[in-house]
Amino acid sequence: MENNTPKKPAIPRTAMPCQPPEERRHNFKEVALGYTKEMAAAEASRCMQCKKPLCVGGCPVEVPIRDFIREVQQGNLEEAYRIIKGTNSLPAVCGRVCPQERQCESKCVLGKKGEPVAIGRLERFVADSYIASSACEQVTGDNACAVPVKGKKVACIGSGPSSLTCAGVCAAAGIKVDVFEALHEPGGVLIYGIPAFRLPKNVVAIEINGLRQTGVDFHLNHVGGKTVDVAELAQEYDAVFIGVGAGLPMFLGVPGENLVGVFSANEYLTRVNLGRAYDFPNYDTPAYPGKNVTVFGAGNVAMDAARTALRMGAENVHVVYRRTRAEMPARLEEVEHAEEEGVQFAMLSAPLRFNGDENMLLKSVTLQKMELGEPDASGRRRPLPIAGSEYEMDTDLAIVALGTRSNPVLLDATPALKLNKRGYIEVNEETGETSMPGVFAGGDIVTGSATVILAMGAGRRAGQAIVKRILG
Amino acid sequence: MPTPILSKESLIPGKTSKLVLEAPQIAKKAQPGHFVILRMSEKGERIPLTIADADPEKGTITIVYLVMGKSTALLESLNTGDTILDLCGPLGRATHIEKRGTVICVGGGTGIAAMHHIAKGHSRIGNKVVGVIGARSKDLLLFEKELKSFVDELLISTDDGSYGHKGLVTELLKDRLEKDKDVFEVVAVGPVPMMAAVAETTKPFGVRTTVSLNSIMVDGIGMCGACRVSVGGETKFACVDGPEFDGHQVDFAELRRRLGAFREQETLSLEQWRCSCHGK
Repeated sequence: MENNTPKKPAIPRTAMPCQPPEERRHNFKEVALGYTKEMAAAEASRCMQCKKPLCVGGCPVEVPIRDFIREVQQGNLEEAYRIIKGTNSLPAVCGRVCPQERQCESKCVLGKKGEPVAIGRLERFVADSYIASSACEQVTGDNACAVPVKGKKVACIGSGPSSLTCAGVCAAAGIKVDVFEALHEPGGVLIYGIPAFRLPKNVVAIEINGLRQTGVDFHLNHVGGKTVDVAELAQEYDAVFIGVGAGLPMFLGVPGENLVGVFSANEYLTRVNLGRAYDFPNYDTPAYPGKNVTVFGAGNVAMDAARTALRMGAENVHVVYRRTRAEMPARLEEVEHAEEEGVQFAMLSAPLRFNGDENMLLKSVTLQKMELGEPDASGRRRPLPIAGSEYEMDTDLAIVALGTRSNPVLLDATPALKLNKRGYIEVNEETGETSMPGVFAGGDIVTGSATVILAMGAGRRAGQAIVKRILG
Repeated sequence: MPTPILSKESLIPGKTSKLVLEAPQIAKKAQPGHFVILRMSEKGERIPLTIADADPEKGTITIVYLVMGKSTALLESLNTGDTILDLCGPLGRATHIEKRGTVICVGGGTGIAAMHHIAKGHSRIGNKVVGVIGARSKDLLLFEKELKSFVDELLISTDDGSYGHKGLVTELLKDRLEKDKDVFEVVAVGPVPMMAAVAETTKPFGVRTTVSLNSIMVDGIGMCGACRVSVGGETKFACVDGPEFDGHQVDFAELRRRLGAFREQETLSLEQWRCSCHGK
């Protein structure tokens, strides 16, 4: 294809077909339906095949984006899949949940004058279209699996994005991997955190089954630092990877926060996603019902919680945020989807206290209006309270989505692990190795709350370092 | 891998049983004060239960429960040879046990079983252990023989006077504290009102009082905060900061309300299950 002339493309960015908002706000089916072949071809044709593709630099796992899109342009989906899979072990997941507008797509030259190529949507299209003929292909994207390396084995603690990626890298090199997962289902945040309407559970199951068939064993109900000890695993295995993910949910620290009706987003989402509370009482785990729901925070988790509450039957859902829309850390698409579905935004508002009745049931929240001042350490303009601007909002279910702090369970049991000032595991940036030789770590337990793709990047780096260490 | 039930002993017919589970990995690490999370079926809920005993040599742990909702009703429907789908642990912080002298261990209802493991820990390290257990009537009293095998003294009360002292465990406790000035700690495990009453009773004596809380939990490893409890005005997570806390600092009124957060759904779930069972 001769399409290298840097002129404005004739075709606009191809929109993603979605379930209509009125319909989807009542179900847990996937919202974004995925490109058709024609849509993908049209979108791929917009890519200018830059000599020096800047997009790749925006990807934490350095997917050769230009090259895979070239294959899509030529209708060569198998090759496109192989190219992606070479660096990204979970493309069907990433195509759905990565904040592309802040990563690869933010670097796309088309974005300077118009809209960037929809890289994430194309990645998803390729991953969804490609049906692996073998489990080995599912994991490695390659027909030939590595010959098993005798007597070498790696333990991964946790089964979220970082651990799955590390396990995939090691398994692809022929190393035996044992994954230890605390919950009763593997997948970590992909299962308990991200709702099915954004990431269907079978997408995760396919990736995990692929790993299983290449010799990765999943040991469920095994808590790192409790059931299994890091130091013991380090003795038994050639290397250990710690990817235990997010930690203790943070709360607002305002009065009334322990009233019945105030939940962390982690709890609310875990009940609905892992516990399938949307199908209660067919499933045993209940979720707390709410008519007037308030969600505190403005990241992806806040959007997930707000949209989940709508689907669970809420009449009104307000996202309360102390800054403005421009500062919201959520993926743009999630904010737009939430709004289309009817989530309301109470911007420049901060909670002062939760108010309950005599039975300690949540009834309302007192909010205060804010205005934006000078930029703070995060580079975002600091919200400042406006005196005398207090107002009350009815709410019977409040969901707090402010991120997490480090989880002490594994860390307390493993004093040999050096931690940084924030209480997360300190690692060698290049290899992911911790202060314990042969013990590596990555994902949220190293960085604090971040994204799936950043955790995968860390899992990949550590996996590569482990393979190099073990196999030379 | 599902966990086999090696033996089931009914303690209160249809209500409470003692199960010995084959769980070598957990048994090896289980300390007094630890708990486990169980899930009985594919559609089941995760529930926490305190470990009542552990035998690392045999590779077993013992659990005791009171049928409260569907999950415990399901558990009660299982028998020797059946399996529990998911068992996870040991979780929580172990009881702080040091050799100091005399400790009084108070237990009420199924809490007696949980207290048993803690009392055993104190006995093993060489503390003098005075057990105080209570129930509404004699037939509802658990773990008497298990406790008698190692405690130095066992005081018993029943509400109806059918066995031991007629009245409450707190009356026995108060009497004992008045007579015995050497008690360095009181441990209480049982229903919330009992633990609150024990804390009230011990306060004037200034004796350290440890309670083991049975908050609602989902993951049991610090991820969700369902189990948060106010201790000395600070929010703590029972699963990772506890489950044991200073009884004089715990906000029991809040705990009681929080335990009731899902009462409606729990009732619905249990009723539906009972109906479906009778249909068989």
